[in-house]
Amino acid sequence: MVPPGDETSGNVVLRVENLHKRYGKEEVLRGISFELRRGETKVVIGPSGTGKSTLLRCINQLSMPDAGAVWLEDVEITNRKVDINAVRQSIGFVFQDFNLFSHLTALRNVSIGLTRVKKMKKEDALEKARSELARVGLADKADAYPAELSGGQQQRVSIARALAMDPKLILFDEPTSALDPELIGEVLSVMIELARSGMTMLVVSHEMGFARAVANEIIFMEGGIILEEGSPAQLFTHSKHERTKQFLHKITELYGESGDE
Amino acid sequence: MLAKGVPMTILLTLALLGLGLTAGIPIGFAQVYGYRPLRIASAIYEQVFRGIPALVLILLLYSGLARSFHILLPAFAASVLALGLRSAAYQSQIFRGAIQSVPQGQMLAARSIGMSRMQAIRSIILPQAFRLAIPPWTNEFSSVLKDTSLASAIGVLELARLGSLISTRIQYGRGARWILVIWIVVALIYLVLTYAGNWSLGFLEDRFRIPGFEMKGRVER
Repeated sequence: MVPPGDETSGNVVLRVENLHKRYGKEEVLRGISFELRRGETKVVIGPSGTGKSTLLRCINQLSMPDAGAVWLEDVEITNRKVDINAVRQSIGFVFQDFNLFSHLTALRNVSIGLTRVKKMKKEDALEKARSELARVGLADKADAYPAELSGGQQQRVSIARALAMDPKLILFDEPTSALDPELIGEVLSVMIELARSGMTMLVVSHEMGFARAVANEIIFMEGGIILEEGSPAQLFTHSKHERTKQFLHKITELYGESGDE
Repeated sequence: MLAKGVPMTILLTLALLGLGLTAGIPIGFAQVYGYRPLRIASAIYEQVFRGIPALVLILLLYSGLARSFHILLPAFAASVLALGLRSAAYQSQIFRGAIQSVPQGQMLAARSIGMSRMQAIRSIILPQAFRLAIPPWTNEFSSVLKDTSLASAIGVLELARLGSLISTRIQYGRGARWILVIWIVVALIYLVLTYAGNWSLGFLEDRFRIPGFEMKGRVER
């Protein structure tokens, strides 16, 4: 893991340049730029409707940005000549409501990308899927269907599904917002583990315990722009904007700082 | 003698369901995924064939074509065509509805791991949609099975036609009081056929049921 604030180490995995997106009349993203280095974890916070999820979807182009560019390492993936399906294999995405394939077992949820997209042999794919499930602590649930799993377990399977593709980074879209309070911890500890093992992560979440534990930087978005960014310590103690302070205060009050170990 | 009509009733049912399935799946599919002209064309087809009574369609294809254009379709073919094209319209709605009840997130998740749109439809959306389509399809089956009796109007020798042939033959003799019995037997045969079909399809539904995902008050979106 790259220590917070260390600017020298690691090269850039993701570069977002002046991203714009509008839905009808509403301009959701109004020029977002930032970088993510290898092994870094950045947490995006901000009031609802401020474009956080849109930002993630514009990065892997589940939504097409109207303007601006996204670079994955040295490839500009917003270029229309780039095969976006190939690019998405290396960008993991974890959804708020899991979106596990409901007709497939946990194991097949993880292996289907390997067999269908990476064209891996079935036995190899299943073996890799098994080890990814073990990594999120669900080796014993391989044959369970999503509807037989708790929300926390489903989210862990979906993290394993993303991991199986050996992504260069993983985007998390409010991964614990749909979970019962007592299930949040198991998902966060898997994510903390991941961050510490050197995965590059961009996480939309208001779990400040998680942010404090592993985030190199917190990005505060409001009204479609980045209002402020900085290390958790920086933002919590000397945020430049009164608005950031207010917001941080509010979410710490609301979510507490629990959730990490 | 009534029993001779049973194979024809079954044959009609299978043929028209087959035609309805072959045409209905692409039409339903086109309504969800097709380009605009295709979506409009399939919507028009579906509205037209759902808006005309089955008997009128049969007569149109059989007597209508014969009298006006001298195209004489065999009665069996005319019945299968009329009922099958109509069933295609209903079945297209079954499949359209089933595809649309697969939550949107399934497509997003499939695309997010790098599947193309076609791959996602084939490996993620359709397997779920087909499971959702079985219960309404069972309903369509039992409905068209009974619609085959309309083919008797143009002389196809199926169950209902044999029922009326026998009744006509005995109506002036002493056997006339048996007419009620004949129609009760006809009714019972339809009942048994419908039950047998529903039972087999229920078996199919069980076979493909997703554990933990049964239809107990399941809410989509």
